Formats: sequence, C-alpha cells, structure tokens
Amino acid sequence: MTTAGLPRWVLVPALAGVLLIGVPVAGTLLRVPWAELPALLTSAASLDALWLSLRTSAAATLLVVVLGVPLALLLAWTDLPGARVVRTVVLLPLVLPPVVSGLALLTTFGRRGLLGRQLEVLGIDIAFTTTAVVLAQAFVALPFLVLSVEGAARTAGRRHEVVAATLGAGPTTVLRRVTLPLLAPALASGTALAFARCLGEFGATLTFAGSLQGVTRTLPLEIYLQRETDPDAAIALSLLLIVLAAALVIATQGRGRRRAGAR
Amino acid sequence: MSAAALSLDAAVPERGVHVELDVPAGRVVALVGANGAGKSTALALASGTLRPAQGDVWVAGRQVAGPGAWVPPHRRQISLCAQEPLLLPHLDAAGNVAFGPRALGTGRAQARQVALARLEEVGAAHLAGRRPRELSGGQQQRVAIARALAPEPRLVLLDEPLAALDVDAAAELRQVLRRALRQAGRTAVVVTHSLLDVLALADAVVVMEDGHVVEHGATAQVLTRPRSGFAARLAGVNLLLGEHAGHGAVRVGGDVVHGPGDDGPTGGAAAAAFSPRAVAVHREAPGGSPRNVLAVRVTGLEQQGALVRVRGESASGNRLAADVTPASLASLGLTVGEEVLFVVKAAEVEVYPA
Repeated sequence: MTTAGLPRWVLVPALAGVLLIGVPVAGTLLRVPWAELPALLTSAASLDALWLSLRTSAAATLLVVVLGVPLALLLAWTDLPGARVVRTVVLLPLVLPPVVSGLALLTTFGRRGLLGRQLEVLGIDIAFTTTAVVLAQAFVALPFLVLSVEGAARTAGRRHEVVAATLGAGPTTVLRRVTLPLLAPALASGTALAFARCLGEFGATLTFAGSLQGVTRTLPLEIYLQRETDPDAAIALSLLLIVLAAALVIATQGRGRRRAGAR
Repeated sequence: MSAAALSLDAAVPERGVHVELDVPAGRVVALVGANGAGKSTALALASGTLRPAQGDVWVAGRQVAGPGAWVPPHRRQISLCAQEPLLLPHLDAAGNVAFGPRALGTGRAQARQVALARLEEVGAAHLAGRRPRELSGGQQQRVAIARALAPEPRLVLLDEPLAALDVDAAAELRQVLRRALRQAGRTAVVVTHSLLDVLALADAVVVMEDGHVVEHGATAQVLTRPRSGFAARLAGVNLLLGEHAGHGAVRVGGDVVHGPGDDGPTGGAAAAAFSPRAVAVHREAPGGSPRNVLAVRVTGLEQQGALVRVRGESASGNRLAADVTPASLASLGLTVGEEVLFVVKAAEVEVYPA
C-alpha cells in the first residue's frame, strides 16, 4: 500500500478516526439480540414509531424539495438582494442545536406563539401534532438539500440553459427539461441526505412535537424512551436506523462515483 | 425599418461596446476580431442574453430590444451554437435535436421527423439513437449544429463552432457548415479566428476592434483589400494605413510606399497592401526596377511552413513581415534586433482608398 507521498504516520490518526465511528457502530451490532429481533421490531410501539417516522420523513422531504430547489437555484444564479443574509438564515439549522430549533418552532407555532395565536383562531393547532413533527424535520433538513443543489447549480453554470432558451424554450420549460435533469444527481443525493436527516431528527421533534405514541413519537424518540425500560428493544431499533442510514449513504456515494467514472 | 434578418445598433457602455451590424437574410457573416473586441457581446445582444443600455435590436423587421421594447431569447427565433456542443446528456442525439421543435409546440412524432432530417443534413443520421457521452467531440458538434437548425430560426449564431475540435474534425465540420448554412441559403453569424472558416463559410466579413465595427464588406474584398489591422493579419498581408502622397504612393508616418500606378490623388485616407512573400530582406539597398525600400529593425523570427517569417518594425512604428527561405536567412545571418532593409517591388503593392 502506498500513501501517495504522504508521510506514513498519517495512517495513525486516519485509522483512529475510522475507529472512533466504526467501533461504537460495531459495538451496537455486537449487542443486537438477534434471536428476539423479529419480536422486538414488530411490537406495537416499534411499528407505530417506524410507520410514523417513514410517513413524516417522506412528507418533510417532499416539502424540503419543493421549497429548497427554487431557493437553491435563486441563490446560485441570481444576485438576490440580501443573498448573504438569506443563505445564513437557511443554513442556520446545520449548526444550531436541534433543541434550539425546536424551541424556535414552538415559540412561533405554539399556542401563544407569533403565528400560533392566529392559527388557533382558525382552529388549527400545530404544536404537539404530527404536523409539528414534519415541520421540525423540514426545518433541520432544508439546508442539506439547498447546499447540495446550490453547489451543483453554481458549478454547472447556465450555459445549457442559455442554448435551450435560444431554441425556443421558455423559462419553465428550461427549468423542467434542462435544469432539473442536469441537476438530477445532486438533487438525488441532496434528497437522500435530507431524508436521512429527517429520519434521525430528535431534539427539535421532542421540544416542538412532544412524544406521543403513534402521533409524534418517531423512531429516535422511541429508542430514547426504550433505552431505560427495554435496552434490547432500543438496540434493535438502533440497528434499523443504522441499516437505513448506511443504505442512504451508499446510494448517494454510488451515484457520485459513477459520475466521476463517466467523466 | 430594415428587411435585414438582424439589425443591431446597440451599446453596452460598461463593456465599452457599441456595435452596428446588419445581416441580410440568406447571408452568412463572419464576425472577426481579437479577443475582447466585443464579438461575444454582439452575439449576446442578438440572442437576448444581454440587454443593451442604448440603441436597439431588430430581427426580421421586428424590434426585439430597445427603449421600451424587450423580447426574451426564447421568442426571438435566433438559435445559438457555442464552441462546446452543450448537448443534454439525458437525451439521445435525436432527442437533443427535437428539443427546439418540441419546445415550440410541435408534436412528438413530427419533431422526431424534423430531428432526423436535420441529423441527415449534417451527416449524423446514424447517430440518432446515441447519447452524447457515446459521441466524439466532432460528432457532438454535428448534433449541436443540427439542433440549432431544427427550430428553423431566422438566424443562427455560431460562436467559434470549430475552435474546440482537432484539425481533421474541424475540416469535416467546416464542409458540413458550408452545406448547411451557405449552400442551403440560411442566415448566420459566425464568430471565428480562422481564415479557413471565413473563406469556406462567409459571404461577408465584419471586423471588430475595441468594441466597435471597424471594417465590413464582402469576404473577397476584405481579404484582398483589408482596411483594418486585424483583417490584414487574417488575410496574411502587410497593411500600411496612411494617406495618398501622389503618384500612386501612400505615406504612413515617415515611410512612403509606392504602388504600380504613377498618378493618383494627394491627401485622403489610403491603404497599401502587399504579401510577406513579396518582401525581400537585404542588408544594402539593391538597384534595378522601381522598388520600395523600408528600413526596419528585426523584432522576431518564426517558422511559417517551409519559410521563415521575419517580423520588423520601421522607425515610424509600422510593423511589417517578410517571408524568406531558410537558405537566404542563413546567408544573411540575421538575428533579432538588427537593422535591415525590407524591399518590395512597386508592382507587388496594391494601393487603394481606405
């Protein structure tokens, strides 16, 4: 094995980095109670949590794509007034502690919140509902998609779009038939990352949506709860999330490599 | 109102560009000039990717840009073919060519028919089902040309369409373009740096320098009697721009060049052009038939096919070139920086009003 001209000692910290993540994951896998796994995963509470997580994550991801793609394209290609401020605001959830995100949502959509009061008048209650779960997930996942699509759009430039316009295609046709297909790989990996982030959302959900079985208790919340009473169930559900996360990472990486190979 | 396919009289002050350009329907115009002369800006003004600060743009008698008027690119019927093919990777060749007709509302089947006909026209019918990544650079550019023709635009803009190709592919594509544009009677503006492109493709040449059109005319006229430094370089001739000095002579700074004629006006702008091959290099003035003798300092030597091009600059700043054989260069023992004489027979000099 060669180190590409790097000093050999870089292998040591690099390996330590792999172990930092690899060992705990392996430790979890070693603790999995394989024999009881089917029963643990199919308990009513587990199935409720899994089904809720998949539904809310899918809805939140859809919301993220619908809102995030136009935002990413505007940030990449136009000199939007206040673009720096907009970008900072949109990327904030990446670095914000999720509990703070949850609190922000609660103070806005809660009963006494900025919008919550008006919504309550209309008979709409958001906090501590499944809608709150979706909003919390979309809040923290949006920046992943925006970053991915904006970067790709900036790199690609608008040259294909300019040619397509001269061929007679109006802006909407160009967006649909040129921009979106060209950005499909970045859109797919951004969507996968956003979906993964939605699945893993914990802090903002707990703060803003609470933990009600079948309504707001998603997989991560269920795991946290089971950890005290039934550690085996917690481990079993963790395995499920690890497998899902690994599948999403492999899916996004595989695409990246194929593109690199085609170049 | 002009009947021209394109009539451009528009300025973009922040780029220092003010272009006046007319392209008659059915003609191919070569737009030439040094990098940064404003050629790309002229194309952008025509295609509608750039809005002029002043002036207006007309396409086939319809104002598409000007005070209070604006037609976006997709409604101008002007298609663009760039240096890179920029095909859509998710569509096959036929799908790419059908893109324009489809965008304009043509049905799927008919758009495909149009696409196949255009591919046939550029000799790429057999590539119809291939994806861009399965095509060579030259094949991709053929498809891109077919795509630009497919919506039946009033005008095709080609921005250095052959510059990214190797010599052989460029030669083939040049013939494809000659058939598809000039012989088919289509209207086009071709930006190019290549004399071969100009000769093969263009009915007329427009020369830009520093953001302005400095010369325009029929291709043969511009190449044989250039009036701008760029056109002279393109045609490969020495050009001296000055004023008539009587007796068929042109005065440029401190230099006087005589043409074959013996009479002629005095005063008025005049040009003298002669081929570098007509220039002999001497250390001492020769006698004999009427000759022009210009003292120059050698500024450079470079190989030019089987000959060596000697570049020189006269005391008054005129830059001239002489093509000599390696043998005569060796016998002269010439080096850069030396003072020599460029000698050209009056009969080899063409003098004309500039």
